[in-house]
Amino acid sequence: MRATKRLWIRTAVGAAAAAALMGSAWAQETLKIGLLANLEGPFAVPGQDGYRGADMALKEKNGMAGGKKIEFVKVSSDATPDKAVAMTRKAVEQDKVQIMIGPLSGDEGIAVKNYAKTKPEITFINGSSGAQATTLTDPAPNFYRFNTEGAQWMVGLGEHALAKGYKRTFLISEDYGFPYSQVQGFMASYCAKGGKVVDKAWVPLGTKDYASVIAKIPKDIDALVVVLGGSDAVNFLTQYEQAGGNKPMIGGSITVDQTVLNYKGKRRESLLGTASAGPMADSIDTPEWKKFVADYKAQFKDGFPSPSLFAYLYYINTRATLEALDAVKGDLSNGQKAYRDALQKTSFKGPAGEVKIDANRNGVGTTYITEVTKAPDGSFYNKVVKTVPNISQTLGLPEAEFKKMGLGSRDVPDCRK
Amino acid sequence: MSASQWRRAMNSAATAAAPSTAARPPLSPRQASPSVPGVDPIASPGWLARLGARIRLRHLVVLVAAVAYPFVASPFFTYQIGAQSLALGLIALSLTFLGGYGGMVSLAQMTIAGLAGYLVAIFGTSSMVSISLGWPWWLAVPFALLGATVFAAAVGWLSVRTEGIYTIMITLAIGVAFFYLAQQNYTVFNGFQGLSKIAAPELGGIDFREPVPFYFVALGCALTGYFLVKHLVRAPFGVALQGIRDNPRRMESLGFHVTAHRVAAYAVAGLLAAVGGVLMVWYNGRISPGTVNLAQMISILIIAVLGGMKHPIGAFIGAIVYVLLQNFAIDLFVRERFNLVIGGVFLAIVLFSPDGLLGLWAKLRSSLGRTQISHQKRRPQ
Repeated sequence: MRATKRLWIRTAVGAAAAAALMGSAWAQETLKIGLLANLEGPFAVPGQDGYRGADMALKEKNGMAGGKKIEFVKVSSDATPDKAVAMTRKAVEQDKVQIMIGPLSGDEGIAVKNYAKTKPEITFINGSSGAQATTLTDPAPNFYRFNTEGAQWMVGLGEHALAKGYKRTFLISEDYGFPYSQVQGFMASYCAKGGKVVDKAWVPLGTKDYASVIAKIPKDIDALVVVLGGSDAVNFLTQYEQAGGNKPMIGGSITVDQTVLNYKGKRRESLLGTASAGPMADSIDTPEWKKFVADYKAQFKDGFPSPSLFAYLYYINTRATLEALDAVKGDLSNGQKAYRDALQKTSFKGPAGEVKIDANRNGVGTTYITEVTKAPDGSFYNKVVKTVPNISQTLGLPEAEFKKMGLGSRDVPDCRK
Repeated sequence: MSASQWRRAMNSAATAAAPSTAARPPLSPRQASPSVPGVDPIASPGWLARLGARIRLRHLVVLVAAVAYPFVASPFFTYQIGAQSLALGLIALSLTFLGGYGGMVSLAQMTIAGLAGYLVAIFGTSSMVSISLGWPWWLAVPFALLGATVFAAAVGWLSVRTEGIYTIMITLAIGVAFFYLAQQNYTVFNGFQGLSKIAAPELGGIDFREPVPFYFVALGCALTGYFLVKHLVRAPFGVALQGIRDNPRRMESLGFHVTAHRVAAYAVAGLLAAVGGVLMVWYNGRISPGTVNLAQMISILIIAVLGGMKHPIGAFIGAIVYVLLQNFAIDLFVRERFNLVIGGVFLAIVLFSPDGLLGLWAKLRSSLGRTQISHQKRRPQ
């Protein structure tokens, strides 16, 4: 009995050792690309859709780029910068990827950009992170971002709000980097053209109780600017409705998404006409977008009813990565110089408009202004009312003027006077 | 000295009731065991001899392996696996000391470590020049350690009035309160984004941000912490602490100041956690509220329980397993479900061995030992 047990243990140990050896000896003619999104933490669900977007881009090319088989080394963060850097380091230093795609959220992006500086021989391409500072302050020469960022996504919404007659607004927003950028993108043109944001309420991410904020909303405003995401947005809307609020609203890029539109409260009707802006919209009326949605639906039975913002952003960044690889026929020699030149030149017509980058390696792209509209079947969706193409990271301002304003923060820009 | 050893020692002392042994701290069975003949740790004046008698082959093997490790491992394994395990292990060690020897399970150890990290950034240099005072590191670090230790003592002073689950609750409350303070305060903690660009110092031409030098700093701190705990639990203070753990009322009636011992234990554990926290902030180069959130607070408890709280080495073993799982679980299994692997391993360890990996090791050794004996002649007892 004991002898059998010992033999069994020995076999198990031997098998484990053999498996470990075989694993390390595994080698083939493939190119490994690291892929970082989130499978845990607050962005676990959007993160999964990010992976789907990247998978779509690779499948379109039948898993090949530059004459090599492409293999994703997927790693996951929990939306904290520490974890994002740790997992990027794992993919780069342990799994030996030469190209790294990711991360998902803004502060992660800044941290990964700083790490990229310590690894000049690796090329980093953004996933879906959208912090301004990543490419505006102290950019890394080997970090590329083909998507536009939070401030760019709001360009044009200011004029739209003024056109609707919203001259005095009250801002309520989450208190971290991404909303700062969004608010700046909105205010830059809104304030320049005479709009006033009479006061700002910054609430911590994950706030449940908005009573004190709602009490502060002045009577003499035309509209509310609400830059909240997910459950924060739903909580605010519910409580605002219960408090008897009736002001029209302007939303951020992730404020009036499907989770909010499916919300069942009485106030739902009053969401009609809420304007928001973003780098894509569910109802873009182009063949490219329709094909993208159809492909997404065919490929992912467990996905969302239509691709999310994160799937779209990971898709365009991955597609740019692969197209540049094709352009150089998979040549990553000479410190990836040829590959980086090709990346700089990469430009294609994506599902939601032109994809290309500027001298800081940041995306220049299209923003869609949308309004919440009722579909014939009674459901709500974001209808595209205006398209603003070619938005640069300086929000259409000359660079010197943009630098004078500074990056968005709690107090920048100030728009009360 | 583990809980069971302590109980055995107490019981035997009680049954023997020899006045000569009662006068001095009870000996652990290992010290009194006949396998180290001729060494009386109290009477022998030569500390070197005592040390020599205590060092076993396995200690040397671990020490040599730890020193040689960065020279054989890749920079990734040295930095991300090795150094991070040592820093996390040090924070978990503070919980092992408090929980295993003091009987007080505190969830606030990560908070104390995080405070030390924040203080290094606030006193020293960081990306926020309006917040950081810009002191040199040799001034910033001691003050950060001091600040965190004082905070730990205050936490202890508040929570020693409670027992068991209430201690967990009150330290949990303190930790969560600190998390929200750090997240919402912009004048000192810089809110959600926290403080970044906090570099380990350069000293004598060696950049301690490089993997190998940083590993040795972490190893030095970890070894110091380990031996400090090993020493303390055999010193009168540690023995009294274990007595308080097992029967505070009896200790009080013997004239020990129970509250003072417990608060002191919190302070010592706080110092260990603070050192770990400084290492962590150097390791990450930044600190934000995410470093001290609930998940991180609980991960320290997981590490301590995973390794086993009966011996200080358990904290480091737990940390190594935790860091390895965090890094490699995603390669083992369907990627989208890798957290299942982490959870499954934790569950299996706790299920099959309530004493963590150390308990598993002890079980394995005794079962293997028995197998060998059964094939040989039985040794005389």
